Amino acid sequence: MNPETLTIGLNPLPGAIPAWHGETYALKWDQTAQRVRGHGGFLVSVWGSDDSDRGQGCAMHVAYAASGALACLSLPLGQHRTYPDLSPVYPAAVRMQRAVKDLLGLQASGSRDTRPWLRHGAWAAGEAPLRKDYAIDGAGTRRSEPYAFVPVSGDGVHEIPVGPVHAGTIEPGHFRFHAVGERILRLEARLGYTHKGVEKLLETCTLDSGARLAGRISGDSTVAYTWAYSMAVEGVSRIEPPARAIWLRALLLERERIANHLGDLGALGNDAGFAFGLTQFSLLKEDMLRVNESLFGHRYLMDVVIPGGVRGDLRAGDIDRLRREADTLGRAIAALRAIYDEHAGLQDRFIKAGIVTPGLALTLGLWGLAGRASGMAWDARVDLPCRPYDELSVRAAVRRNGDVAARVNVRFDEVFESLRITRLLLDGLPGTAICTPPGQAPDRAFGVGMVEGWRGPVFIALHTGAANRIHRLHPHDPSWQNWPVLEHAVMGNIVPDFPLINKSFNLAYSGHDL
Amino acid sequence: MNAAIAIQLGQAVLVVLLAPLFAGWVNQCRAWLQNRRGPGMLQPYRVLRKLFHKDAVLAHRASFLFRATPYIRFGCMVLAAYIIPTLASGLPISPAADVIALVGIFALGRVFMALAAMDIGTAFGTMGARREMLVAFLAEPALLMVFFTPALISQSTSLSTIVHTLAYQPFVIHPGLAFAAIAFLMVLLAENARLPIDNPATHLELTMIHEALVLEYSARHLALMDWASNLKLLAYATMGLALFAPWGIARTIDGPSLWLALACLPVKLAVAGAALALLETLSAKLRIFRAPEFLAMAFLLAVLGLLTHVLLEGAA
Repeated sequence: MNPETLTIGLNPLPGAIPAWHGETYALKWDQTAQRVRGHGGFLVSVWGSDDSDRGQGCAMHVAYAASGALACLSLPLGQHRTYPDLSPVYPAAVRMQRAVKDLLGLQASGSRDTRPWLRHGAWAAGEAPLRKDYAIDGAGTRRSEPYAFVPVSGDGVHEIPVGPVHAGTIEPGHFRFHAVGERILRLEARLGYTHKGVEKLLETCTLDSGARLAGRISGDSTVAYTWAYSMAVEGVSRIEPPARAIWLRALLLERERIANHLGDLGALGNDAGFAFGLTQFSLLKEDMLRVNESLFGHRYLMDVVIPGGVRGDLRAGDIDRLRREADTLGRAIAALRAIYDEHAGLQDRFIKAGIVTPGLALTLGLWGLAGRASGMAWDARVDLPCRPYDELSVRAAVRRNGDVAARVNVRFDEVFESLRITRLLLDGLPGTAICTPPGQAPDRAFGVGMVEGWRGPVFIALHTGAANRIHRLHPHDPSWQNWPVLEHAVMGNIVPDFPLINKSFNLAYSGHDL
Repeated sequence: MNAAIAIQLGQAVLVVLLAPLFAGWVNQCRAWLQNRRGPGMLQPYRVLRKLFHKDAVLAHRASFLFRATPYIRFGCMVLAAYIIPTLASGLPISPAADVIALVGIFALGRVFMALAAMDIGTAFGTMGARREMLVAFLAEPALLMVFFTPALISQSTSLSTIVHTLAYQPFVIHPGLAFAAIAFLMVLLAENARLPIDNPATHLELTMIHEALVLEYSARHLALMDWASNLKLLAYATMGLALFAPWGIARTIDGPSLWLALACLPVKLAVAGAALALLETLSAKLRIFRAPEFLAMAFLLAVLGLLTHVLLEGAA
């Protein structure tokens, strides 16, 4: 699909990835969505902004990804408070639109689900914290409202409420099961417990100081978030970081991917009762984190990627050390993979648990790691590559079974691919400069950034304000699309298999709740 | 007679005191097998001490049943410790209950635990109770069948007599016992909430069986429930040793044989605990609906043991 086929005037956005942006009007809003869907494009994110401080009203924005480009559309609403509903075309839009309603008070007209999503009652129903006239230090209501779960009735149906406080030290989410005996009839998740007002806080930041906060939106994807953020800032500032910085960023991103996959592979074994896997994989992950600490100054690589480049360089000795580490890891993981593959009890738990068929994945817009396990062969490193991925010929790991075993195998495949990329990056590390400080960014500019984090594509949309400040920044975690699919994946499975299926997706709470 | 009573009491006290150590040993072995350092064998004692020092929290709707259950269950396990010939056979209380009564004592503890879990009316308690009963109603018949093979061999359902026959009659190979032993091991895993049926180390509330039952307990109640579970594991281990490796258990109450029994017991338990840990480390948890298959297999093996005995050794 060329941006021209959208029959809307789109302008190319400067930046590391091919992206277009244009304004549209309400009639075209959902028509364009249908057209994009018809061409096989998918929904990246829906967000709103309040431009009242510029003498305008609110605006809605949407980003689509299609055939190697991002297409971003803005819909100025003027004094209107409604906009056409996208959810009939893209079911994944439902929760994003509910969040827009909670934060900005803009309503998708005709949307069937009008319940709040991120708002638990901490601010009143009529208030909109992302409006410019809402004080950032507002006291809020300090109470919570009841939530209307979809009722399920029938012979022998019972409800199991789980969370948000769990028996282990894990993140808060509420899961409402309706089960018959042990079989799950329906699952409904309620999230938003970790809503911290990150987007509001980002609006108080400059483009420089925002990087630090962007790196803390989802701690396990800090490199992906800071890179996407930096990409957006560099785009609006029209600068390009030095080649070495970009290669180092890719190295960091792959290290983040490997470390998270190792943690997940261990946890998946443990959730199936195979604690041996957890200790072995945790050991490998911990070794990696310690190398991160000693080379880059932070175990999870926070604040290493900055707008304009990176902070911290590798010396010749470090490169040898990372090469040796990659060799050791490769051998150890291959041995553990053989153990996982040959363990009948483990495979019995993994195979055919939590199936998402490729058809369902396509309908609901599953993407990222979980998507690739269900035949959705889309990887931003391959299909929307920024430098240096365009030179590395990344092979996306794709499986079609869509069960826990497929998601385990995608993780294994991706770890080996990341190790291969790591070696290439270490061999070809160019140049010497590692940072080109971005100058003053223009006011009212729009920039985007998107990189393939370990969970899936992380997207950042940046609207700049005057004096190098952030007017509106919308970070989008791939979990937005994938959380609703989890509810489908567990249907018909048994209740005790839910933790394993949930872990095989391992979706973000903090990155989603914002 | 006084000496016998003293030994009876000593055996019970020893078992009650040693039970956490045995659980600690199994956990320590598991840690070693997973390349971990582990918290040490004494960890269960530290947990018990911590729990006994805490104030108990009760659910608002908890009835008398919920509060009484830890004591009832603990009492059942202590009673079992009196009956199972751990150090010596032929002790004063042992004729009071045979193996069938022993199965009944374990069942009593379990029924109260399941009732208490349902008493407070949380989803997890009810779920755990349901699963516990699913496992139990399959494990108990299998356990009874396991007992019948040695009972037929020794013509008695009394554990003391069985130990006498197996350990102190001229040595005979009983092929039926091999099948019974495997079946017993499978029942032991299921009844004590071990892998592959249940995972004693899990924090995932939706997968729990035993842990879901005690989820609402705290402080001294939880301590007693934990201690009772430790006792149950040790009771099963000593029961298995009495049936399938009875050598060393004192037959008469005199100094040398008691010292021998005291020396044999830790060695046998150490080996049994390490074997249990190895078995658990190697296995993943079964899907809950595979548990019936697992226990049906145990039942079949036990029946096979019985048939083997009848066919090969004749209905003597």
